[in-house]
Amino acid sequence: MLGPETRRNRETVMKARVTVTLKSGVLDPQGKAIEGALRSLGVEGVASVRQGKVFDVELETADKAKAEEALTHACERLLANTVIENYRVELA
Amino acid sequence: MKAAIVVFPGSNRDRDAARALRLAGASVSSVWHSEHELPHGTDLVVLPGGFSYGDYLRCGAIAGRAAVMDAVRAHAAGGGLVLGICNGFQILCESGLLPGVLMRNANLRFICHWQHLLVERTDTAFTNRYQSGQAIQVCVAHGEGNYFADADTVRRLEAENRVAFRYCDPDGNITADANRNGSLNSIAGIYSEKLNVLGLMPHPENLVDPLVGGIDGRGMFESLTGSLAKAA
Repeated sequence: MLGPETRRNRETVMKARVTVTLKSGVLDPQGKAIEGALRSLGVEGVASVRQGKVFDVELETADKAKAEEALTHACERLLANTVIENYRVELA
Repeated sequence: MKAAIVVFPGSNRDRDAARALRLAGASVSSVWHSEHELPHGTDLVVLPGGFSYGDYLRCGAIAGRAAVMDAVRAHAAGGGLVLGICNGFQILCESGLLPGVLMRNANLRFICHWQHLLVERTDTAFTNRYQSGQAIQVCVAHGEGNYFADADTVRRLEAENRVAFRYCDPDGNITADANRNGSLNSIAGIYSEKLNVLGLMPHPENLVDPLVGGIDGRGMFESLTGSLAKAA
């Protein structure tokens, strides 16, 4: 039997994806290493690789504006270090 | 002097820092990260080395937002002393108490070795027992110690003489070889604007006993306890 919490969540879950990437000009030694590994594997045509992070977030709301606001807050406060990283929020 | 060492899940150099401080004459207490207040009368807060929260997300990112950090920010804003070593430096950067960020070492390796540091200035609470231009021998042990900040921030740090230590060779020369993690301008440690907050990647707290190879780290802790005695 589902509790009231779970029932409510099922009705109001919104899915979002947050992508955090390094700002251009910030050295990315991991991306460089991956780039080199792809070349050594014979993957052709790779000009460059930059590594980033993806967060799949479920939100307990049906309000897109509120969801976007919460995620922007999350990025500014924790998910991204804006000294070196940019972030992008996409709602499903 | 009363020192408070903040312990996060995954801190592991807290007892080394406590030992170094006690040797220099400080009284030391530990503060758990979920506390909202520092012990009454705290003069110095130490954020120790380690791997707080397993370095998840980014090194120091989660610890930098722990409950106790509001109290640490208030302590710093009131002119109180804060010392962040290794993971503590990463936490200071993530919490906004110091500018910039510590990125993955340029060679992608965890580095663990003896390291000489050039003492840039000796008129601060942290370094007054050293001599200007002195090369001290300590050690480093980190995977993310590559100091980075935007060009304006680095210019400002240099113009305001806020670089505390630079990686150097045993003779005090700033060389590319001595800068093993790839930090901008060979920066190993920096001060806040008011010089009351210091963050550095190397471990002075591990060089306080001749048994382990040197005592060049003592100067920092004796500077701290000495400068507090002077102020009192």
